[in-house]
Amino acid sequence: MRDARSRVRRPIGLRLWLSGGWITLLIIGAVLAPLIAPHDPLYQDLFAGRMPPVWVDGADPNFLLGTDSLGRDVLSRILYGARLALTVALVAGTLTCLIGATLGLIAGYYRGWVDMVISRLVDIWMAFPPVLFAILLIAVLGTGLTSIIIAIVVIDWTRFARVVRAEAMTQGTMDYVASAQVVGRTKAGTMFAEILPNVLPTIVALLTLEMGIAVIVEAILSFVNLSISTDAPTWGGMIAEGRTSVHQAWWVLVFPLITLFLTVLSFSQLGEGLKDYFDPVLR
Amino acid sequence: MSFLEVENLTLRIARGPRILRAVSLGVDQGEVRGLVGESGAGKSMIGKAILGTLPRAIQVVSGRISLDGTDLQTLPARERRRRIGAQVALIPQDPLTALNPVRRVGPQITNRLVDILGWDRSRAEARARELLDEVHIPDPDRVMRSYPHELSGGMRQRILIASAFAAEPKLIIADEPTTALDVTVQKQILRLIKEMQDRHNTALLFVTHDLGVVSKICQSLTVLYAGKVIEDTDTRSFFAAPGHPYSQALLHATPKYTDPEDSLTPVPQHVIDAVEAEVTDFDKGLGA
Repeated sequence: MRDARSRVRRPIGLRLWLSGGWITLLIIGAVLAPLIAPHDPLYQDLFAGRMPPVWVDGADPNFLLGTDSLGRDVLSRILYGARLALTVALVAGTLTCLIGATLGLIAGYYRGWVDMVISRLVDIWMAFPPVLFAILLIAVLGTGLTSIIIAIVVIDWTRFARVVRAEAMTQGTMDYVASAQVVGRTKAGTMFAEILPNVLPTIVALLTLEMGIAVIVEAILSFVNLSISTDAPTWGGMIAEGRTSVHQAWWVLVFPLITLFLTVLSFSQLGEGLKDYFDPVLR
Repeated sequence: MSFLEVENLTLRIARGPRILRAVSLGVDQGEVRGLVGESGAGKSMIGKAILGTLPRAIQVVSGRISLDGTDLQTLPARERRRRIGAQVALIPQDPLTALNPVRRVGPQITNRLVDILGWDRSRAEARARELLDEVHIPDPDRVMRSYPHELSGGMRQRILIASAFAAEPKLIIADEPTTALDVTVQKQILRLIKEMQDRHNTALLFVTHDLGVVSKICQSLTVLYAGKVIEDTDTRSFFAAPGHPYSQALLHATPKYTDPEDSLTPVPQHVIDAVEAEVTDFDKGLGA
C-alpha cells in the first residue's frame, strides 16, 4: 500500500524568478544608491537639461537615462527614489499586515461580540475613499516618512482584517480545531498553533500585495506633493514633474513610471508565487 | 452504572428550536452502542455535547452527562477539559478536515500523548509508531513524517483511529467514521474500529445512519428522531422485532443482502406524522 502522493518538490516558477529578481535588484540598487548612482540626485545643471537617454541622438553618455528639465540625472533619482519607496513598502506593509491580520484572526476565530466590533469597524472604514482619506491624514499629521507610513497603515489594515477573518472562519469550523480543543488546548493556543499556520500563505500573499499598494500610495502622495520634503527624489514626484514636459522630454516621465509599474507588478506576483510555493496543500 | 451516562439532555439553538429532547443513553465499558437517526436528528450533537465542542449558538437547557460516575457539570472548566481529553476521544466523520493540513502527521498523534498524559516526546513517538502498526499502516516512520495531503482518505482515517486510541481513552465517539470514504474502504475501516475496540475494551458510541453497520458491530442501539429517543434496545431484539412503528419503518427502508430484489419502502407518511405528533406533545409538556 504505497501512497503515490509522496513529497513533490515544486520548482521555483518563472513568475517567482522574474518578480523576485526585480525586487532583489531594486533592493540592491536602493541600498547601494550612494555608491552606484552615477550622479548626485539633487545636483542641478541647467546647461545639461533635458538630455535624452543614451541610445537617442544627442545624448550625453554620462546620463544613462537622460536628465530632467533642471539637468538632474534620471537614473540617480530613480535609485534614490527607490530608497523611500522600498522603506515605505517594507515598513508600512509589515505594520499593516501585523495589525490587520491580528484583528482578522481574532475576529474570525473568536466570533461573537469581538467579531461584531471589528467587522463593523472594517465596514465603516471601507466607506471612506482611501486616497482622500490618505491626503486628509497627511494634512493632519504633516508630511514626512512617518506620516506616510501611518497613513498607509491606518487606511489599509482593513484589507488584511477582512480576508484573514474569512479564512480564519473557514479554518475554525474544521474538525482538527475541535480535536485540538478536546485534547485540552486553550482557545488562544489553538488559534496560534492550528489556525495561524493555515492562514499564513494567504497572509504572505496579502503582505506582498500590500507592499505594492504602499508603493502606489506613496507615489500618489508624492505626486500631489504630500510625501517627504519636496527636493528629495521620489518616483511620484518625478512622474509629476515629467508630466509637465512630456512632449519635450518623455524619458523624465516614462522611466520612473516603468519602474513603479514593474515594482508593483513584481510585488503582487511575488506574493502569488510565494503562496503557491509554500502552501503544502495544492488547492 | 454505565461508564457514560447521558440523562435528560436537552439542547436548543439560542432563541430557536430544540435540537435534543430529554435524551438519555448509556454506554458500558466494552460496549458498542449505535446511535441511529435521519440527517438532522441530532446524532452528532450528542457526541459534541459529550466532548464539549458544541457550537456556541447551541445552549444546554437541561440534563446531565457523567463519565465514570462523575457529573461533568460539577467540575471546574479546566478539570472538565482535562478529564474529557483523557477519557474520551473522537473518530471524526471527515478524515480530510480532521488533520491539520500544514502540520506533519506524527506530531498530531504524539501531541495528544504529550499534552494529556505528560509523556516525553520519544516515548510518545514510539507509541505512535506502535499504534500506526496496530492500524495496519506500512512504514509508520514515513507516514509520521508526511503531511496529511500526501496520504489517501483511508490512510488518514486509519491515522485518526490510531490517534483516537492513543491515550487509551475509556470512551470513543465515532461520528459516522465511514461516511466520507469510498465503499470499498468503508468495510476495512469498520473492521479496524471493531478490532481496536475489542483489543482495548473501550466503550464505543457509534453514530451512523446505516442500520447495516449497526447490525454488524453494535450490541445495543438508540434510535433518534428530531432529537427525541424513539427506541433504546439491544441490537438482537431490535432486528428481530423493532418496538416502535418508526423503527419498523426505518428497518423496511434498509436494503437487505439476502433479498436484493426486495423493493425499498420509504418511511410512510402516517408513521412520520405519528412521531412528529409525539415530538409536539413532548414540547407541549415542556410548555414551549
